[in-house]
Amino acid sequence: MYPAQFDYRRAGSVDEALGLLQEHEDAKLMAGGHSLIPMMKLRLAQPPVVIDIGRLDELKGISEAGGGVRVGALTTHADIAASDILAASCPVLAEAAGHIGDAQVRNRGTIGGNIAHADPGSDLPPVLVLLGASVHLQSPSGARSVAAADFFQDLLMTDVGEDEILTHVDVPAQSAGAGAAYLKFEHPASGYAVVGAAASVTVQHGRCTAAGLVIGGVGAVPTAVDVSSLVGADLSDDAIATAASGLDTEDPLGDIFASGDYRVHVGKVYGKRALAAARDRA
Amino acid sequence: MTVSIQLEVNGKPVQAEVEPRRLLVHFLREDLGLTGANIGCETSLCGACTILVDGNAVKSCTMLAAQADGAAVTTIEGLARNGELHPLQDGFWEKHGLQCGYCTPGMILSANYLLEQNPSPSDEEIREGLKGNICRCTGYHNIVEAVKYAAERMS
Repeated sequence: MYPAQFDYRRAGSVDEALGLLQEHEDAKLMAGGHSLIPMMKLRLAQPPVVIDIGRLDELKGISEAGGGVRVGALTTHADIAASDILAASCPVLAEAAGHIGDAQVRNRGTIGGNIAHADPGSDLPPVLVLLGASVHLQSPSGARSVAAADFFQDLLMTDVGEDEILTHVDVPAQSAGAGAAYLKFEHPASGYAVVGAAASVTVQHGRCTAAGLVIGGVGAVPTAVDVSSLVGADLSDDAIATAASGLDTEDPLGDIFASGDYRVHVGKVYGKRALAAARDRA
Repeated sequence: MTVSIQLEVNGKPVQAEVEPRRLLVHFLREDLGLTGANIGCETSLCGACTILVDGNAVKSCTMLAAQADGAAVTTIEGLARNGELHPLQDGFWEKHGLQCGYCTPGMILSANYLLEQNPSPSDEEIREGLKGNICRCTGYHNIVEAVKYAAERMS
C-alpha cells in the first residue's frame, strides 16, 4: 500500500513553506506524516505536492510564554508527554499526549499535524478546548490566533486557511487549586479514542469555583458539556454524575464499533470519571 | 521526480535516488535488501515494521524514505555485534519470546527503545512500551520475560 504519486518539496523555513503553498495549488503540508501518510496510502488524500515542514526547528519545542506554555506545532507527542514545563504548568496536556497511539506513533506524530487533521477520535482536541488554548496561524499576510473551541469546525475540518501554516499552540497555565484529567475509552486496535473526556475542577477554600468538561469522539468536533451546576456545589459523586449526564449531541458519530447512542452513554460515564479524577487532583 | 537522500543504515552510509512516495520500509526491504523490518498491517498499528530512526522507535510503513534523509537508521540486521546476538535477541531465544517470528524484529527494536528510556522496566511498563507491537502467537507473556532477561543483562 503506497501513496499516489506526488512531488516532494522540503521547506527550510516557515517563509519558504508559505511561498511553496502559494506556488502549488492543493499542496499539503507534512509534519510527522502520521495523519497525512495513512490518508495518502488509503488514497483518501492525493495531494499533487507535499511540502515537508518536518525539519523546521523554529516550530519545535515547549517554552514558558506569557503566563502559559507555548508548544511549537512540530513538537512530538513524546516530547509533550515528557515535558517538565507542562508537568508543572499544564499536566493534563502531557497526560493526554502520553495516551496517543503508542510509543512509535508518539515519536513521529506532532501536535500541529494532529490538530490540523482534526480526527474526532484524536486525544488532544478536547483537552485544548477544555484549557482554552489558542492556535496560532501564519500566512503571507500576517499572523492570527484562534481559540481552540473555534478552530475545530467539522469532521476533519479546521479554521486553517489554504495559505496558512499552523505555527504553535498557546496553553494557559492551570490556576492554583485547579485539577484536570483526561480519560479515554480506547479503540483496542487503533488506539484512537472512541470517547475521550477532558475535565477540570478548581477548588478554592473548599468550594468549587470553576469546572469544565469537554468530550471527544462523540461529535464531529469536541463537545463541551455545561457543568456550571458544580460551581458552589459539594462535588459529591452524585453531583458530578448529574453534571456529566448533561452531555448532549444532536447527531452523534457512530460506526461499526460504537453506535452514536453508545458513544453518548460512554461519554457520560467517562465524563463523570474524568470530573471525579480532576476533583481528586484539585 | 526523484529525491536524493543520504542516510546511515546500521552504521553504513547509503546514498539513493527515491521516488517521493517511496515508503521507508519499502526502501529498506527492496532497495537495500534489509528484509528484517516486516510489513504487516500497513496502517501504523501492528508495529512489525518498527525500526530506530535517530534512536527513536518509529513505524517505517508510515514514513517516507525522503523524510529519513540525513538520519541514522537501525534495523534488526544492525543489532548483533561481532557475530554476537544483542541481549534482546538472546532473550527472545532463551525465553521463547517468539513463535512464527513475524513480529519479532519490531518487538526487539521497540524493546530496545524502551530499555534506552527505562533500563529496568516493570512488567506493566514493558507491556505499555510494546503496546504498538502486535503478536498473534505468544500471548505476550514470554515476550515480557525476554525483555526482562535482556534488561538484566544490559544493566
